[in-house]
Amino acid sequence: MRKNLNVIAAYTIMMGLIILVGIFQSWNIALSIFNLCLISAVMTMGANIQWGYAGLINFGIMGYTALGGLAAVLISVDPVQEAWSAGGSNILLSLLLIIGMVLAVRYVLKKYEKSKVRTYIIATIIIAGIIIIRFVSEPGIEAIEEVDPAKTGFLGGFGLPIIFSWIVGALFAGGLAFVIGKVALGLRADYLAIATLLISEIVIAIIKHEDWLTRGVKNVIGLKRPAPYEVNLQQTDWFINLVEKFNLSKLNIITDLTERQAALNQFVIEGSSIFVKLCYSGLFLIVVITLLILTQKALYSPWGRMMRAIRDNEEAANAMGKNVVKQHLLIFVLGSAIVGIAGAMLVTQDGLFTPGSYRPMRYTFLIWVMVIVGGSGNNFGAILGGFVVWFLWIESAPIGLYLVNLTTAGLADTHFLKVHLIESVPYFRFLMMGIGLLLIMRYRPKGILPEKIEIK
Amino acid sequence: MDYINAIVLLLNYIFVPALAYGSQLALGAIFVTLIYGILRFANFATGDMMSFGTMVTILFTWYFQSLGISLGILPTALIAIPFAIIFMVGYMLLVDKFVFKYYRVNKSPPVQLAMVSIGVMFVTQAVVRIIIGPSDRRFFDGEKFLIKAGEFKEMTGLNEGLAIKSTQVITIVVTLILVSTLFWFLNKTKTGKSMRAYSDNEDLALLSGIDPKKIVMITWIIAGVLATIGGALYGLDKSFKPFTYFNNMLPIFAAAIVGGIGNPFGAFLGGYVIAFSEILLTYAYKKFFMYLLPESLEPNTLVQLLSTDYKFAVSFSILVIVLLYRPSGIFKGKIL
Repeated sequence: MRKNLNVIAAYTIMMGLIILVGIFQSWNIALSIFNLCLISAVMTMGANIQWGYAGLINFGIMGYTALGGLAAVLISVDPVQEAWSAGGSNILLSLLLIIGMVLAVRYVLKKYEKSKVRTYIIATIIIAGIIIIRFVSEPGIEAIEEVDPAKTGFLGGFGLPIIFSWIVGALFAGGLAFVIGKVALGLRADYLAIATLLISEIVIAIIKHEDWLTRGVKNVIGLKRPAPYEVNLQQTDWFINLVEKFNLSKLNIITDLTERQAALNQFVIEGSSIFVKLCYSGLFLIVVITLLILTQKALYSPWGRMMRAIRDNEEAANAMGKNVVKQHLLIFVLGSAIVGIAGAMLVTQDGLFTPGSYRPMRYTFLIWVMVIVGGSGNNFGAILGGFVVWFLWIESAPIGLYLVNLTTAGLADTHFLKVHLIESVPYFRFLMMGIGLLLIMRYRPKGILPEKIEIK
Repeated sequence: MDYINAIVLLLNYIFVPALAYGSQLALGAIFVTLIYGILRFANFATGDMMSFGTMVTILFTWYFQSLGISLGILPTALIAIPFAIIFMVGYMLLVDKFVFKYYRVNKSPPVQLAMVSIGVMFVTQAVVRIIIGPSDRRFFDGEKFLIKAGEFKEMTGLNEGLAIKSTQVITIVVTLILVSTLFWFLNKTKTGKSMRAYSDNEDLALLSGIDPKKIVMITWIIAGVLATIGGALYGLDKSFKPFTYFNNMLPIFAAAIVGGIGNPFGAFLGGYVIAFSEILLTYAYKKFFMYLLPESLEPNTLVQLLSTDYKFAVSFSILVIVLLYRPSGIFKGKIL
């Protein structure tokens, strides 16, 4: 108990802050912050497994998040029959061609010795393949995108409950990580960072512009929910009774019957959105706690010990007969898969998929700030980092506004400097993140909750 | 005649824009490569440092415009750039003193420095957005075109016009002057040589009495010059928007690595490699083939290898291929 005092204290303070937001701003805001904190926590756990356990830099978090989101779309949206009949066969044929191309390249790689001729053959196969695939897929894509472009214009998905996408998102992200890991993990640390950053940009470019698959920048809206809809809740009897019970003391003050009904309606509307958010919080908490238990177990298992050994001295671990390359690949895939789950959770919560919103600032660098600030190598630290940084990210605008008002109190409200500063309040969050990161890196380089290893 | 038309077409839509864009990338890439070669970390704040320099240039330009100073047909920004450079060099030295120096003295691993540069990136981006705002700004004034497409058609009697923007010419000329001065400095002067020695082997350089503080300072000064000029030229040619500059960091990294990181000449050429491949692969060649081929063979599609949406993806793919097959870059990096 004593040893974990700082962990308990840090989490108590964090929860206290969120509760304060609930009291002073509104419970709705507090819960939406809490939910996104949970999602951020999942992302940081993924990044922490890669960076904290194994020392691998992955700046491609944005790409895996987007793939998770794509999984949510592909799983939950109903299939668009007309689109499938219009161009489905072409797309399937192209898919077969891609598989054929990959197999052909593999065959050449296995069959022939490394030589210039082999490189040329592979290049020819790939170029010819791309040209053929373009010819095959072009009419199909055009036909699909012409099917009611305002509403669909894409193939749709499988029409399954969206919750399955959390698993599929992990598979997608893990699959991409496997391919990237196979080719890029041999690179030095900073090269790996740049390579993964750029590959994630390619993933986003594809998701943004392949309208037949994702609707691209036209976005997919109105995804199915695992939680009830507010509108339905507001008409259910048990829910209205529940809200009445909760607010009985406030309602009893009002004597007028019509006024009382109006107040109750107001409470029901507020309560319904809080209830939905609470449903999400419950689902997300299950994910976070499951992952936390698994990652903690892994960290203290022989496998975790081996990973730390590899991280701290690759050559020594290699000399002890550990397969560094294989373990790196494994942990790269595992961490990315966790990020993929977070991506699917994010889209599930929002109910919409907007490829245009995936930007490296928000989905890669911010997550890294979370990991570093929280404490790399320590799962509790990483989760705390997710909470603290997301909380600041959201609350920095009000804090910034307060600071601006405080420092420019002597100026008139119309003074150009004050107006300008108030307009730029949203950008104070970047400033806060940057300064926070720099201070932590300088004075507490191991993060708020540093890694401590004790063998149990 | 058709052949000349076809060539002019390519010149107009591929060669001239790619040359200007490549020059802008090249300056940024040399910046990245210098920092990497001498300070030994990947500077993720590159794009935002360039946007900071451009912002200062814009502020000076506005000031000069309000004073009524102008260069006639040339953009006012050209007078503003030297002042912005002075400001920017000061900024770079300050950042180094308060942020990077601590880690350098402690001999932190490069990864940690890269993380710190992310912190600098956040702060710089915030400062730029707080001061000038996130919106799109044009600060070009003076004569826009050197040759207009219509004039060119009249002059030569061809079907295809060739338009050359004055900003493109300015970009290319300034880049050539700057880069040749830089190479002269690195290869011929004593300080430049000691910088190369330091980059090649730090311990040996220290043993032979090279002062590391001086080397680091000069590196940041050169970085300030490159960041300001590179950013301002890009802003003059296209427009200034903080978000675009942040994104430009990616092709700049690609250029630096393709050219062989740590090798300034490689970075210079890498900029053009990236620019040309981006534009060559995403240009629709339909019209080009219409001039060259007889009517019966004319293509009925756009003859475009990749849609323009994938412009960025092209440069990244090249980078990934280079990283996999030749991690030291096309021009063998890691010696300055």
